[in-house]
Amino acid sequence: MMNAMDTNPTHAMVRFGLGRRAAEPLPADPIAWLLGQLHTGDTPRIDPPPSTQAGLTALREDRVNKPQPGQSKARALFVAQAAAELEHALTTPAPFRERLVWFWTNHFTVSLRRGECTGVACAFIEEAIRPHVTGPFAEMVLAVMRHPAMLMYLDNARSVGPASIAGERRNLGLNENLARECMELHTVSPLAGYTQADVAALARILTGWSIEVQGEPKGFVFRPRTHEPGTKMLMGHRFPEGEEGGVAALRFLAAHPSANRFLATKLVRHFVADDPAAGDIRRIETVLRDTNGNLGAAAAALVRLESAWRPATKLRTPREYVVAAVRALDLPEGNRPNMMGVIGALGEPFMTAPAPNGWPDKATDWSAPEAVMRRIDWANGFAGRLGPRDPVEIADLALGPLLRPATLEAMRRAGSRRDAFTLMLASAEFQRR
Amino acid sequence: MIIGRRAALLGLSAVATMGGASLALAAAPGEKRFVVVIQRGAMDGMAVVVPHGDPGLTALRGATPEGLLDLGGFYGLHPALAGLHAMYRAHELLPVHAVAGPYRVRSHFEAQDFLESGADHRMTSGWLNRAVGTMGGNALAVGVSVPLLLRGSTQVGNWAPHGMAEPPPDLYAAIAAMNHTDPLIGPAIVAGLKERGFSNRALMGEPQETNRNAFPALAAAAGGMLRAPDGPRIAAMEIGGWDTHTAQASRLTGPLKQLDSGMVALKTALGDAWKQTIVLIMTEFGRTARLNGTGGTDHGTAGVAFVLGGAVKGGRVQADWPGLGPGKLFEDRDLAPTADLRSVAKGLLAGHLGLGAPALEQVFPGSTGTPPMRGLVG
Repeated sequence: MMNAMDTNPTHAMVRFGLGRRAAEPLPADPIAWLLGQLHTGDTPRIDPPPSTQAGLTALREDRVNKPQPGQSKARALFVAQAAAELEHALTTPAPFRERLVWFWTNHFTVSLRRGECTGVACAFIEEAIRPHVTGPFAEMVLAVMRHPAMLMYLDNARSVGPASIAGERRNLGLNENLARECMELHTVSPLAGYTQADVAALARILTGWSIEVQGEPKGFVFRPRTHEPGTKMLMGHRFPEGEEGGVAALRFLAAHPSANRFLATKLVRHFVADDPAAGDIRRIETVLRDTNGNLGAAAAALVRLESAWRPATKLRTPREYVVAAVRALDLPEGNRPNMMGVIGALGEPFMTAPAPNGWPDKATDWSAPEAVMRRIDWANGFAGRLGPRDPVEIADLALGPLLRPATLEAMRRAGSRRDAFTLMLASAEFQRR
Repeated sequence: MIIGRRAALLGLSAVATMGGASLALAAAPGEKRFVVVIQRGAMDGMAVVVPHGDPGLTALRGATPEGLLDLGGFYGLHPALAGLHAMYRAHELLPVHAVAGPYRVRSHFEAQDFLESGADHRMTSGWLNRAVGTMGGNALAVGVSVPLLLRGSTQVGNWAPHGMAEPPPDLYAAIAAMNHTDPLIGPAIVAGLKERGFSNRALMGEPQETNRNAFPALAAAAGGMLRAPDGPRIAAMEIGGWDTHTAQASRLTGPLKQLDSGMVALKTALGDAWKQTIVLIMTEFGRTARLNGTGGTDHGTAGVAFVLGGAVKGGRVQADWPGLGPGKLFEDRDLAPTADLRSVAKGLLAGHLGLGAPALEQVFPGSTGTPPMRGLVG
């Protein structure tokens, strides 16, 4: 089967990577190139690296100082770090790995819609997601559920066991938000057939998983005083009192067969096709089951799916599109568009998804007429940065065999270089991946 | 003429050594303004400054179009250029006809490079940048990018308003046509264009006037900056939509109206500074003398450049008319060039901005055989 696949290197860069960067060398063996990225760690990207400590310090200072709009330290941290994250996408030697980081960050959505997450949003990517994209899924779940960004975003930091010391004294109670989304969106999904009682049980299990913002060190803290006492029953399993009960419950959810099915579906949908084939889902699901949820193994299996080499089945989201465009032109530092602003204007503001289920992952979600028009308008403006370069040559590099004759013909007939480059950027094959 | 302070210190056409390069220094532009507008796509000069006095025209183009605005009997101006015609009557517009660059290529991209390089080959800097280099002073590229015309070793500014990068209707139509086979993007673009007021016919590739005034707004903004006491004195702008291979008669009206409104807006925004302003509007080449089979024209050779502004000796058409009769056309297809665009530009740089011969040779290398055109500046 593998021999029958046309593993085109440009397609590999477009489908699994972030688009070819100008004349970046084409890998002789695309599959080996992709798999190789799963075995190399990330190089340092952001100096200083985003950290929970710095983010919560900024949050604390903002709370004390109540800054005027535009003066927030947390916001300033986010803006600088988010720009650096996007810049990294332009030059990373491991774009497939970066795409995995994007995928899992969206899977475990944390959004600036919840303002207090601002200062730690990029720390969340760097601490909870990035180190785990090729490791066991359970480790990522634990890192996410302990991360202050998630604990704030889905309110668990304030959830109090009704029968805990703090709960009895101050009449405080449960907040089920994180527990519900953890089951529905992050792990087992409704496929598992759990009940409201299970959600409440997980909420009790996770009481005490909180954050330290005022004191030192800042970050995750388990607070026994707010933790609901006693053992709890979750989906027919018994979990003990204490922090370790939460760890065990999360490991149980992460390893659940429904989680494997759910993650496999999302992975194939993201990397292969909006409507994944049942056989492809089964394949990834099997790998997850057989490797105890190893995400690197799942990523490698995706690359080996025959259907993954059928090009242009997916539509690039605004962030993927803008990054691919800037990579195609390979603009030097200092001469790049404000990508943060652009992807926001095109409908996908960085780390600001509307809801905990994250940005949608189907073409129909990104192809509303006005959304496509805005993309074209941006492309036309961006095409002005082409300068005296040959647009056909750039199209050839960026798209290779994916470039359609109709696009090439339209480009050759264009009245100016810039118009020709606009046509490339507006072509269906460049909008797809 | 007004001599800028820097020029007074250095002396006109003094030679100074800067950064190892020998530069002929001319007068800084002082209060004089110079604006260059590049028409990308090749404007059909014969449809815009119509030589209806030439008996050969009808055989090439059919009946003379209605409503031409008179330019002294032999030529008529396209009716969409009413604002420019008012300038003509005020002796502020000088159309230059049968003009072309020194190159004979018919590729847009190459020809635009040559036009902006100011040579018959592609250079890494543009002639306007080199002109600024010899004078000093501030130059500004108005639009989302710095065109080759203003690129080079002399630093120039770049200004673009937010959200004015919308493509012209023709480009939208080409994008829609190119993507029509995509089951998702094709219909989305068609629906998006309709929501923005495009007709079905426009989507089929027929011309449609744009109701958006990007270029006039850009020109007005440029005028405001050029007017400011400490503002730039040199500016470059671009306007597209000229590649009229089909249905030219209707397709040209939109870009011409944009251009016309833009020049009126520029004049208005400049206020009193208009008196000291010259604008050069130029395109990469003209178009075929004959209409093609689809009511359009294909890539040609000589065409029209416009010189306008309060400092222009206008109110006439500058041309050594080559004629349209048998044997008169270049390669039996295009209007024959009788003037070199470089001589027009050199005439303006010399007459308006005071560049001497050494500076002009730096701006247009290898052009000593093409002297500055005289009598352009009032």
